[in-house]
Amino acid sequence: MGRFHRHGDGTVHDHAHAGEHAHDVGDHSGYATSGDRLEVLERIFDENDKTAAANRAEFAAAGVRVVNLMSAPGAGKTTLLRETLARLGGQLRVGIIEGDIETSLDADRLAGFCAAIALINTGTGYGGECHLDAPMVRSALPRLPLAELDLVVIENVGNLVCPAEFDVGEDARAMVYAVTEGEEKPLKYPVMFRSCGLVVVNKVDLLPYLDFDMNGFLGNLRKVNPVAEVLPVSARTGEGVAAWCDWLIRQAP
Amino acid sequence: MSIVGTVHELSICSSIADIVTRHAAGRTVLVINVRAGQLRQIVPDTLVYCWELVSAGTPLAGSRISVEPVPARIRCRACGQATDLGEVPVFACGGCGGFAVEVVSGEEFLITSLELAAEREVSG
Repeated sequence: MGRFHRHGDGTVHDHAHAGEHAHDVGDHSGYATSGDRLEVLERIFDENDKTAAANRAEFAAAGVRVVNLMSAPGAGKTTLLRETLARLGGQLRVGIIEGDIETSLDADRLAGFCAAIALINTGTGYGGECHLDAPMVRSALPRLPLAELDLVVIENVGNLVCPAEFDVGEDARAMVYAVTEGEEKPLKYPVMFRSCGLVVVNKVDLLPYLDFDMNGFLGNLRKVNPVAEVLPVSARTGEGVAAWCDWLIRQAP
Repeated sequence: MSIVGTVHELSICSSIADIVTRHAAGRTVLVINVRAGQLRQIVPDTLVYCWELVSAGTPLAGSRISVEPVPARIRCRACGQATDLGEVPVFACGGCGGFAVEVVSGEEFLITSLELAAEREVSG
């Protein structure tokens, strides 16, 4: 029975005897094995998710809550965080984990606000990463005094696709969305929008100069995530930043 | 060329390589069968291309990833109707229009099986 199947053409075969070969490797001794199908059934994110669980346990043990902050490039995460740190100082002890592909520019902009900042330079992987994963976040933990913090904000890499796929051990996910990005993005990147409990709609000071249709955007957001909170904000003028800070304070234990 | 900032398929390929290497246990892998739900945002062509990059120069060089896509499907918590998400994924029940839905498929992402090269053994 099909002892010497040819698989050189790369075709996917469904062997009639697949069931009897659905054992683990190691017990093939004693008979000639053919081109086998070896059943695996292993989740590709398993390793990441195990590390995320370890991160989550470490955050919980330290009594710190963690927000994973995501957005497209240029939506204003770093500006919002700078305004946030300026206001939360004294109310909340905040740590920042900063993901950046090549530079420390964002971390430099946040320096001087008495927050603990750990930079993850993601440029060391295969040509740089487009997201933070759980092991990267884990590597930053020894550089943060977790026990002395109330809240850690993870500033993810600017990208609307990849960061949504990786649990890093956070308690909550939030997005910064700029009104300059138009109304359609929730439908184009539903996984990201669906994964967030809060969408900060930033740069609302630009609304008078744009054709942005806020109700159209909110309608699209509801189609993929009917329960997300929405906060209109301008990190530049400070509008709505207090409400965002209140949201962060509510996340902290 | 730079593909920084666009694809997570590269790091996914590293995870795949770890899993495949462990299961293959030294045998030659021809095809890696991957099941990828629509909501996993995997671009099959990109995954195949990234796999060539990641596997090059390793014992897995020459193996190929075959992606079995799984459409996304939701079920309404109110009326129970199942709805397939289309190209534009609206997470609302196709029957009653309700938003209280759960995803029943489309989030899976796993290696289902490996196609291994024939091994001629003299024993037996």
